[in-house]
Amino acid sequence: MGNEVLRIEHLHKEFEGNVILEDISLTVRKGEVIVVIGPSGCGKSTLLRCVNALEDIQGGKILLDDEPVDPSSKAISRMRQKIGMVFQSYDLFPHKTILQNVTLAPEKVQKRKKAEAEREALELLERVNLADRGNDYPRQLSGGQKQRVAIVRALCMHPDILLLDEITAALDPEMVHEVLEVVVSLARSGSTMLIVTHEMGFAKAVADRVIFLDEGRIVEESSAPRDFFAMPGTERARAFLKTFDYE
Amino acid sequence: MEKEVILQYLPLYREALLLTLRIGWQGVFLAFLFGLACALIRHRRVPVLRHVVTVYIEFFRNTPLLVQLFFLYFALPKIGIRMTPEVCGSLGLGLLGGAYMAETFRSGLESVAPIQEESALSLGMTPLQAFWHVILPQAFTASVTGIVANVIFLLKETSVFSVISLMDLMFTAKDLIGMYAKTLECLTLLVVFYLIMLLPVSLLGSYLERRLRYAEYGK
Ligand SMILES: Nc1ncnc2c1ncn2[C@@H]1O[C@H](COP(=O)(O)OP(=O)(O)O)[C@@H](O)[C@H]1O
Ligand SMILES: [Mg+2]
Repeated sequence: MGNEVLRIEHLHKEFEGNVILEDISLTVRKGEVIVVIGPSGCGKSTLLRCVNALEDIQGGKILLDDEPVDPSSKAISRMRQKIGMVFQSYDLFPHKTILQNVTLAPEKVQKRKKAEAEREALELLERVNLADRGNDYPRQLSGGQKQRVAIVRALCMHPDILLLDEITAALDPEMVHEVLEVVVSLARSGSTMLIVTHEMGFAKAVADRVIFLDEGRIVEESSAPRDFFAMPGTERARAFLKTFDYE
Repeated sequence: MEKEVILQYLPLYREALLLTLRIGWQGVFLAFLFGLACALIRHRRVPVLRHVVTVYIEFFRNTPLLVQLFFLYFALPKIGIRMTPEVCGSLGLGLLGGAYMAETFRSGLESVAPIQEESALSLGMTPLQAFWHVILPQAFTASVTGIVANVIFLLKETSVFSVISLMDLMFTAKDLIGMYAKTLECLTLLVVFYLIMLLPVSLLGSYLERRLRYAEYGK
């Protein structure tokens, strides 16, 4: 299992005694794209936040490259450098320009040279068609543009895995596509990703594996996304997917 | 008004202004330090210390600076703690200002959304890096109006320093009036010198506010 990036074993998560995630086990291999779907409140965001050690866990193990992810460990900042995360809300730093947003962590955390970090940042911004906005502030960008910058900001750290938490949920419909396109092209170029989304067409197109989460448990897991979306194996997944149809 | 009197007094006022400024800025500097430390302790809800901080803030906000200075200068020596008037002045002002700055900084810190810190941590920053590069600049921008108001308030409070025989502006004016009874000249000079001290601070404050907002919101 040399190419295993992330391994979650029997993860158990509670908030003040309420069980949020129960017995979650999941392995992500290099280059794999895993899409997590499920009803609102079922624990999808919490799962990603646990992986990035933004939440403590009450049981089980999370291993990244065979090293435990532990919020209370000294090594956690170093571990997080290997995990890129993009949130639902635009979380760019409002007091920094677009270029500074992208180069801040490479410069301060990885201690890379300013010129070199900027060169790479501009290259990446070019790939999402935003190279000309480097000197603007986040306020001047649309939601879709901001999310593309957020993706670039995470990529510039060369993470081993990207976590995307409903990154288009807060966007106007016409901007959803431009953001998902970026993710699709990342998937094609071999990025390892764990994606939470409500965009079923996108999920079908990009997923190597689909995980259906309900009430904090993995209810169904499929390595054949097309079959899963056409014909889910469980009643709960079927009922959930039905809420996206409008016939 | 007699012009010669004014010219004759000018050097004395200039001396007093320099002293007031020196102690005033030392006090403001301490106020920043105390205020930031207290704001962090309250914001992060550090156990035990946060209660100490609450007592400190309430204590200094609800007693006059005059009384605090009396205490530092006249009461503490009775238990063996002796300080020069200048140290007393700076420390008193710093302690009072810290109590006000703490509240200002805390509301600034609270205005920064938690996701900002989480994004910074996600990028591999240590909590200290996240604080320094991401949270503090935004908190500072949010509280700059309050900070400037506090600085001006503190510099004005220096006018009670004369009670611990510091030769500040107020002391100088009262002293000269007591000796030569040139009340109009002395008080006019006093007003003008306070303006000389405080107007630049006010203007700098407005400038900072405009610049920071510019950076925050873009063109
Ligand atoms: N900080 C928190 N404190 C208490 N409960 C929380 C917290 N964050 C999330 N929850 C609860 O955990 C459950 C799962 O939330 P979340 O992971 O955000 O769901 P999803 O992303 O699938 O919509 C919800 O019931 C939510 O109310
Ligand atoms: Mg969510």
